[in-house]
Amino acid sequence: MRLGVSLNPNPPQADKGEANLLGRLFLIIVLMGIIQPIIPLGAAELVPPEGFRAYDTPWDGGESISLTWRVSPSESPEVNYIIYIASSPQGPWIEAMKIRSDAFYKTGALERFGFRKKSKDFHELQIDPRRYFASDKNRQAIYYFKLATARGEEFVPTEQVVSATAKGNWFNIYKINNLIIMMAFSGVVIFFIIHARRNPNLFLRKISGLDAVDEALGRATEMGRPVLFVHGLTSMGSISTMAAVNILSRIARRIAEYDAILKVVNNDPIVLSVSQEVVKEAYLEAGRPDAYNPDYVVMVASEQFPYVAAVSGIMTRERPAANFFIGYFFAESLILAETGAATGAIQIAGTDAYTQLPFFITTCDYTLMGEELYAASAYLSREPMLLGTLRAQDVGKAAIIVILFFGTILSSFGIQFVSQVFRAF
Amino acid sequence: MTFQYFVPHPYSKAFLELMTRWDRIIAGFAVFIGVYSLFHLHWTRIRRKAAGWGYSIFVFLGAFITIAFGLYNGGEAFWHDKKEGTMFDWLFLYIQVPAGATIFSILAFFMASAAYRTFRARTVESTVLLLAAIIVMLGRVPVGALISQYIPLAADWIMGVPNMAAKRGILLGVSLGAIATSIKIILGVERQYLGGGD
Repeated sequence: MRLGVSLNPNPPQADKGEANLLGRLFLIIVLMGIIQPIIPLGAAELVPPEGFRAYDTPWDGGESISLTWRVSPSESPEVNYIIYIASSPQGPWIEAMKIRSDAFYKTGALERFGFRKKSKDFHELQIDPRRYFASDKNRQAIYYFKLATARGEEFVPTEQVVSATAKGNWFNIYKINNLIIMMAFSGVVIFFIIHARRNPNLFLRKISGLDAVDEALGRATEMGRPVLFVHGLTSMGSISTMAAVNILSRIARRIAEYDAILKVVNNDPIVLSVSQEVVKEAYLEAGRPDAYNPDYVVMVASEQFPYVAAVSGIMTRERPAANFFIGYFFAESLILAETGAATGAIQIAGTDAYTQLPFFITTCDYTLMGEELYAASAYLSREPMLLGTLRAQDVGKAAIIVILFFGTILSSFGIQFVSQVFRAF
Repeated sequence: MTFQYFVPHPYSKAFLELMTRWDRIIAGFAVFIGVYSLFHLHWTRIRRKAAGWGYSIFVFLGAFITIAFGLYNGGEAFWHDKKEGTMFDWLFLYIQVPAGATIFSILAFFMASAAYRTFRARTVESTVLLLAAIIVMLGRVPVGALISQYIPLAADWIMGVPNMAAKRGILLGVSLGAIATSIKIILGVERQYLGGGD
């Protein structure tokens, strides 16, 4: 049979019908061959996802409800999921979220689903229902959710309506790793404090910055010039400021014994009050309460750069023999330390602000880096119980080094679990 | 605070908020102590004609003018909500902010002088520091890539590997130190910050 049979002006009847059928079939095959490659895959019929479910987000403060559903075969960057929320199953429905269909997988929530292989087959997200029903004060309220799939003008709603209540929890289980680490280290600290009471002769590694404190104070005494103690910019709620105040107490006591002058500058009124009290007590302990002058512990400015201007002015006018920069510093660190270096003072800095450490190392004679700031009070006092905490810090660091070593090896062999054990969620 | 970190319940959050509010109230009253200290310091300097006492006059001038405009509140009394665009705002925006920016700008010159002192390659450490600084500085500007395509890569490596390792090492030590200090304070082993003895 020839393909051109339909063009025959007098074809046999039976052949004509057969030829038409074959011709149409051929045309359809040709058209399909041309058209199919240019139809985008995403233009296939939208398939609504299955397994849509709502539940109270576990271990949270009762702020959110989690929604989850199975991955749909029609997902692509052009397809979106729309989530509707209502306070009753009849509505009215509010559009709560519109997300791309290729986003928000369970794999993104490691703290809840870990490394389960099935996580990539499910979407998961949290919704705070009180964002849409702010006036609803009922903490036990039930909220209803619907899911729809959309691509351009196409819209396929899921008939299923799911509901849940957001409840507050008394413990966040995802932070259990942090709790265990904190309790383990606290146990080590307490053990060494008790151990130090029984065996006070603990070996301490040398911290040259703290050994130089006496040298700096002696120099100031001999020169008859004041010692300047500069607090960082953080308030009394910061642990670095507390460490700084502890160091101030030790320095003030020695200055009282040497009969030198100590000037303390502050930028926070609460730190000022605490510093005044600490210096006064130190002079009292040294048996020199008459030498304490409250005018030497002052607040010079509460803002960052006025503080810099005021302290730099004090340094250039009064030319202290020794400057102590102790606490948490920001951009002012270099201006202060460089001004002090220009006046020829011995400078000792101590900070846990790692971004400012290079500036202090560059411009100061001695720098207490990071944890040395916290060790300073114990080191200067040589109190056995305080020294015990230094030993605990060293043990903690040794443990971290061992964990890092084995963690790096295991991660290199693809055992990712180790890298997540210490992660804070 | 530690308790609140592990307990997400609304009651726990409400308690933290209450404590934070008290903290703000106490801090508000503490401002008076700070203002008294500042005024007393500068008044004493003026009274004693201490070196540079003239600057102390500007402290009083600045403080009184700002307080006066703050209380005036653009014609409405200070107990009303703060009005925008008043003389108080003008003093802040056109005097305090530029003055602060001026002090901040000095930092660039201090960086240059500190760098000059440090980068004199007299020891092995300062030589290493100098080389690292040159590579990082060149790697951050277009001329670095013009000299060699490896300079920006080397700069990124220095920042991403040795620098990051040192930074994390310091942070780990700081965290341990902060926990140890907190325990010392909680157990009452360290009482210096209270003005008490050991």
